[in-house]
Amino acid sequence: MPEINLSTAFFIGLGSLTIVASLGTILSRSPVTSALFLVLNFFALGGIYLLLEAQFIAVVQVIVYAGAIMVLFLFVIMLLNLEDEQRLTERYDVKKGFAILFAGLLLVEVLYVVGLKTPAIAPRLGTVAAEIGTAKYIGQQLLTEFLFPFEIISVLLLGAIVGAVVLAKKNFGPERATAKTTL
Amino acid sequence: MENTISEFGKVFIFLALGVVLVVGGFITSRLLRPFRPNTEKMTTYECGEEPVGSSWVQFNIRFYVIALIFIIFDVEILFLFPWATIYKQLGTFALVEALIFIGILLVGLAYAWVKGDLEWVRPNPNVPQLPTKKFEKMPARPEASLLSLVESITPASASESSLPKV
Amino acid sequence: MNALALLLVMELGDRFALMGVVLGVLLTAVAYTVYAERRIAAFIQNRTGPDRVGFDLIPQLKFLKGAIGLGQPLADVIKLLMKEDVVPENANKFVHALAPLISLFAALTTIAVVPYAKGVAIADVNIGILYILAITSLGVYGITLSGWASNSKYSLLGGLRSSAQMISYELSMGLAVVSVVVLTNALNMGEIVESQTSNPLNWNVCRNLLGFIIFTTAAFAETNRAPFDLPEAEQELVGGYHTEYSSMKFALFFLAEYANMIVACTVIVTLFLGGYQVPFWTDAPWFVQVGAFITKTLFMMFVFIWVRWTLPRFKYNQLMDLGWKFMLPLGLFNLLIVASTIVIFGNSLPLSILNLVLVALCVAGSFAAKPQSKMA
Repeated sequence: MPEINLSTAFFIGLGSLTIVASLGTILSRSPVTSALFLVLNFFALGGIYLLLEAQFIAVVQVIVYAGAIMVLFLFVIMLLNLEDEQRLTERYDVKKGFAILFAGLLLVEVLYVVGLKTPAIAPRLGTVAAEIGTAKYIGQQLLTEFLFPFEIISVLLLGAIVGAVVLAKKNFGPERATAKTTL
Repeated sequence: MENTISEFGKVFIFLALGVVLVVGGFITSRLLRPFRPNTEKMTTYECGEEPVGSSWVQFNIRFYVIALIFIIFDVEILFLFPWATIYKQLGTFALVEALIFIGILLVGLAYAWVKGDLEWVRPNPNVPQLPTKKFEKMPARPEASLLSLVESITPASASESSLPKV
Repeated sequence: MNALALLLVMELGDRFALMGVVLGVLLTAVAYTVYAERRIAAFIQNRTGPDRVGFDLIPQLKFLKGAIGLGQPLADVIKLLMKEDVVPENANKFVHALAPLISLFAALTTIAVVPYAKGVAIADVNIGILYILAITSLGVYGITLSGWASNSKYSLLGGLRSSAQMISYELSMGLAVVSVVVLTNALNMGEIVESQTSNPLNWNVCRNLLGFIIFTTAAFAETNRAPFDLPEAEQELVGGYHTEYSSMKFALFFLAEYANMIVACTVIVTLFLGGYQVPFWTDAPWFVQVGAFITKTLFMMFVFIWVRWTLPRFKYNQLMDLGWKFMLPLGLFNLLIVASTIVIFGNSLPLSILNLVLVALCVAGSFAAKPQSKMA
């Protein structure tokens, strides 16, 4: 039996939780349950980031993915009123073919990495890992070395806002909304 | 390295304690409470009326737009956190950086604002119309307000009214 | 695996007692917050409130006879435990049962990182305040899912309103937190409290009054309390998202709602009111610090209850306008004020004075401007 310390035990627990949640996401019939499993998955992934001492990334994972994006997903599921899987079945199998192709490629990649077993991939954290994961260190890097990307991010987000507004405009603009009928 | 994990481990154990407590409550409740369902009890509550259809219906898309804009600003705020933790070390330089960062995003907020995506007005309801194409509509009368209608049926003006005589 | 369990117990031995105490205190506090809310509401509305239930069955407590109704919370808990659990036939049973658990989960895990005295916290998480934001953002699920799973129109409307409201105010809340982090340069809750020292002028409520106002307002919205209680607007939505809940599940929502309120108060106290710091007594013994912490929390809770029974409810468009067109720009503005004053003055004393002056100017300006410009 290999040595089991606290972090290994946590890793095994979180890893299996991630796998179970991923399977639940794919296999559950109701889209809402599926989305909930995905939330659990993100949560467990956040835990794994914590094991890697990446505190800030872990929290960002939970806040952005589990807390914001999945709320949007739930809204979409509820908005489209998807009740069961039947309505979602594809008529054309092109997408399915691509999905199988990419899944196969991913599997090959994973097998390749597992097969390598070089020490570089073995999970050994350096002593500086704990320092690198903090928000302070990330802030330092963002504002010094990666200053330009940091500013470009705001432009990217600006583009996202414009995109959201344009998407929304298709359905209701101020013109249509003000010319409303009173009921 | 053990430190971070063990601190979160404590949170986890605290949570487990809470869950044990809640599950205990559930079991006690299960043992104590009655279970006598009937049709009326198990229907959805709709103020005493028979429930009409499922409530899993499509709702206003505006909720979706709000969630979309929320994600973007959420990410922005998260980027401000690393900036805030080292703010005092960098001083004026960091202030200028944040001004640019926030300024660009303020343009986005202003854009969404101007385009009316932050307005929360009543939606344009899609009222189902009855199929009344069979007979032609009565021509609209410009004086057909309530007042003129009252006037039109009073005996004094009855002769010049366009209403059919009885 | 036995060794592992032993390791866990050894590592956590000292914290187990604390966890038990916190959990016990929190749950009792929740029960008695409900009682306090009813009494204060009665006082404000010139009524009597609950005044009948005493502890007559327990001889030792017989002296607490009726009159002030201290037994009411206990009676309520027993009543809720013994009620039949009715789940509508058309509901999604699994999600219906899961939703109240998520709500309670969010409320409970937040309090774990709040320091009650110097070095006394269940978990001393390095990124404490971000962790709180993360868990708060998960709280949305409890309400959205309960609204959806009940398959009732009232629940769905309540749940949707609530989730949109919560995500809207999360932004201003986050910005207020960033402004605190700019001041304290720390994400750790303990460090945030330490940086506020025992001088009340150094507390963030003085250094960052606008941030305090924004955060508190957002906390009202996040906990779905009046004037932001649209999700459960009784007059139009019956019970809102918990219309179809009964028995223990309803009790869990109730518990989560009040636990959320208490937790929000402790977070406000930690971030803005100096946490466990005792005014002008730098190294107070731990029990005095805990006392100070509890006193401040009780005060904030009183404010929460007071506001609920004083202000009328918003309309939904007013609520969204306030969140997006007023609070969000105000939060950014406040952040810039705080950041630039730090660069210009650095020292905290002129900072608090300047901040107070600026806030006074803002308030005066908003009174001078037409009220419609704020939330038309």
